Amino acid sequence: MSTVLILFCVLSAITLLTAFLTIFSRNPIHSAIYLVICFFSIAGHYLLLNAQFLAIVHIIVYSGAIMILLLFTIMLMNLNEADEVHKPRFTRLGAIVSFCLVCLVLIKIFINSKPIVEYDYTGEDYQSIKVLGKALLNEYMVPFEFASILLLVAMIGTVLLSKKEKLEK
Amino acid sequence: MNNILTQIGIENYIFLCVTLFCIGIFGVLYRRNAIIVFMSIEIMLNAVNLLFVAFSTYHQDTQGQVFVFFSMAVAAAEVAVGLAILVSIFRNIGSISIDNLKNLKG
Repeated sequence: MSTVLILFCVLSAITLLTAFLTIFSRNPIHSAIYLVICFFSIAGHYLLLNAQFLAIVHIIVYSGAIMILLLFTIMLMNLNEADEVHKPRFTRLGAIVSFCLVCLVLIKIFINSKPIVEYDYTGEDYQSIKVLGKALLNEYMVPFEFASILLLVAMIGTVLLSKKEKLEK
Repeated sequence: MNNILTQIGIENYIFLCVTLFCIGIFGVLYRRNAIIVFMSIEIMLNAVNLLFVAFSTYHQDTQGQVFVFFSMAVAAAEVAVGLAILVSIFRNIGSISIDNLKNLKG
């Protein structure tokens, strides 16, 4: 086994384990912390694939901005374990059955698919920050601008939604 | 530098991403806490992003990574608006269990 493969296995184990713990831990704050670890290990996967730009953006956007937002909301609502409502049994059963069905379909698809064998590597530079920046600002200029408009609209919408309404008199 | 996928294999990445996506689906179906449902959606988005990057490396194409960049921007906007909606739901109802959101049921 090569070093890279061992690294991949360790990172995958961390990712899957923390994703499971995110879903199954009772306390929402613990879930958020586990999700941060999960996001960092996914950034490690990006680094392993040599996508440096995306790894940095992923850490900044997901582990930074989104998780701070989630933690802030959890603290704002002051949630703890006691607030967790008891689920009806048939809801849980339905969730587990539909989850098993989805898994069955996906596993069946991937077992029946043909294996991919050929890897041709030309050595061309396609994922450095320089190349990505050129692609973003030449070929994908219009979607890039629209993404900024989307973020602006989302910001205004968030402020409007979370503002306290004045009592009418 | 040699291509990383010759040592790892694209199948491993496919299996990892499918498992991660299934965990996300299970979280959405199983948990009633709206914030955990949100986190599960983030896990699913991340699984798809990781698969995009893996196939971008496999085809040696920039477009997959550009798409991941845009999907991250959309995810950030989605989380901001969704959490604002959750906060206003919490203010009106007093809990964020998605079982309580059945006013439309009549």
